[in-house]
Amino acid sequence: MATTSRLSTRQRVWWAVITVVVLLYALFPVASIAATSFKLPSELSSRTFLPPTWSLTNYEQILVGDAQGLFLSALRNSIGISLIATAIAVVLATLAAYAIARLDFPGKRLVLTTALGVSIFPVISIVTPLFNLWRNIGLYDTWIGLIIPYLSLTLPISIWTLAAFFRQIPWELEQAAQVDGATPWQAFRKAIVPLAAPGVFTTALIAFFIAWNDFVYGISLTSTDRARPVPAALAFFTGASQFEQPTGAISAAAVVVTIPVVVLVLLFQRQIVSGLTQGAVKG
Amino acid sequence: MSSQLQPAPGAEADRAGKQAALAKAERTARARGESRLGWTLAGPAFVVMLAVTAYPILQAVYDSLFSYRLTAPDERRFVGLGNYGVVLTDRVFWGDLGVTLFITVVTVLIELVLGFALALVMHRAVKQLRGLLRTAILVPYGIITVVSAFAWFYAFDITSGYVNAWFDWVPGIDENLNWFASQGTSLFVIIASEVWKTTPFISLLLLAGLAQVPTELEEAAEVDGATWWQRLRRVVVPNMKAAIMVAVLFRALDAFRIFDNVFIMTRGANGTEVLSLLAYRTSIGRLEIGMGSAISVLLFLCVILICFIAIKLFKVDLAGARGGN
Repeated sequence: MATTSRLSTRQRVWWAVITVVVLLYALFPVASIAATSFKLPSELSSRTFLPPTWSLTNYEQILVGDAQGLFLSALRNSIGISLIATAIAVVLATLAAYAIARLDFPGKRLVLTTALGVSIFPVISIVTPLFNLWRNIGLYDTWIGLIIPYLSLTLPISIWTLAAFFRQIPWELEQAAQVDGATPWQAFRKAIVPLAAPGVFTTALIAFFIAWNDFVYGISLTSTDRARPVPAALAFFTGASQFEQPTGAISAAAVVVTIPVVVLVLLFQRQIVSGLTQGAVKG
Repeated sequence: MSSQLQPAPGAEADRAGKQAALAKAERTARARGESRLGWTLAGPAFVVMLAVTAYPILQAVYDSLFSYRLTAPDERRFVGLGNYGVVLTDRVFWGDLGVTLFITVVTVLIELVLGFALALVMHRAVKQLRGLLRTAILVPYGIITVVSAFAWFYAFDITSGYVNAWFDWVPGIDENLNWFASQGTSLFVIIASEVWKTTPFISLLLLAGLAQVPTELEEAAEVDGATWWQRLRRVVVPNMKAAIMVAVLFRALDAFRIFDNVFIMTRGANGTEVLSLLAYRTSIGRLEIGMGSAISVLLFLCVILICFIAIKLFKVDLAGARGGN
């Protein structure tokens, strides 16, 4: 890999151009909806990219105004449901991935193949039977009613990613620590946990993104703000009056739910990339 | 025991055999213990995965054999494969299948080229830029698909969009162009949003593949005077065929399930309905559980069929690559 000092001026210019193009590609649509979110409701049809007048009206509407109930409850549902679904998936996947990486048992391939099969499963195929079943047993429009199907999204990828991470851990360290006089628990805690924790954390991040992104379960298995997550709520936003488009409110809400994604990506770019590529290579 | 009283010529062998048996018993006991521990640890995850997918799909298969509407639950009756007959002779189903396949093929092709370019950029970039580029690329990956759909929708929308004003010099685009009023233009925006949001994923899979290409091979080709394009075509791509196939298969299966973008932008109007949306409209919208289940099962079978075809192709490719070496 060339270092900067060896780059010719021409190469530098090329890399500058490439970087600008990639940044434009990745960030333009985000900038676009962010710009829309600052437009005054009366200027939404200005047909300009930037708002003619910058205003926080739309944010006021969703955070303290009319749409507050709709948006804040959806935000609470999304955060709660996604976090719980991620936590359950990561705990179950950690146990499974440990077994896959360290033990030799019949059916190991079966577990991995099942995870792969579940991850390509068309979500909509599960929705119809769940919709019917949930209505019969009272799980329709509840948190649990979403957490259970969310596991079909978060669990398979967690197993794959963690198994790939765990395969790279030098497990001999555990024995070495025991030889040096550590108890099994100390050996595990001092030698293995620090090595395994980054993998578990990265897996949790990726699983959370996937749960946070869900739309099909969200609109099919909920009907009120009791459990409806943000993506589904956005689709049902209505304007302040019958004649007003909800464009501004939706844009502002979209920006609010995108902020955590951007922050996590900024902080953990390296980990997310390694998690996604590792799971993939073994896949 | 006879062997204890009078040592026979076979005693030595007998003892060795016993030891071997003992060792074997120990091994099997260990193996059994390991297998028990393995399933104790992996079992819960395995059971949960089956419970959340296998059970519902079996229920869907069962439900699909009945004429069953939630609006008239008492009229539920067994119709055998009748629902499938209705769906498979309905032009809407075939139209939706065509649209779904069109979106799948076009997005995967664009994403493969675009994703490969992005992967090359990330792979070759100097250290100082790598972090910045990866962070930028991960933004579309992490963003909610519905948010992406709205961003693209509002940019193109006839009242709130600026695209018409920006590109009015392009033939066919003027301020009165309603992108969401006809099939071609709607699909254009839907595919744009889908491509934008999911190309980062495919490019990361390809980046992983690029990292596995031995650098010596590329260097050797460079020494031999191969141009950049020749090296890419003759050395890099053949050496990461497996990664490319995996990336394409994953994305194709994902694109085939497309729902969010279509739902937000057109709700399936003007010939943009896809299979997932048809299943949703039938079961959740019209509460026709029997018919909706039949569509769900057909969708599931399509996914299996795509997988089957891809794996068959994949195997051919693997054999071919091995033959090449």
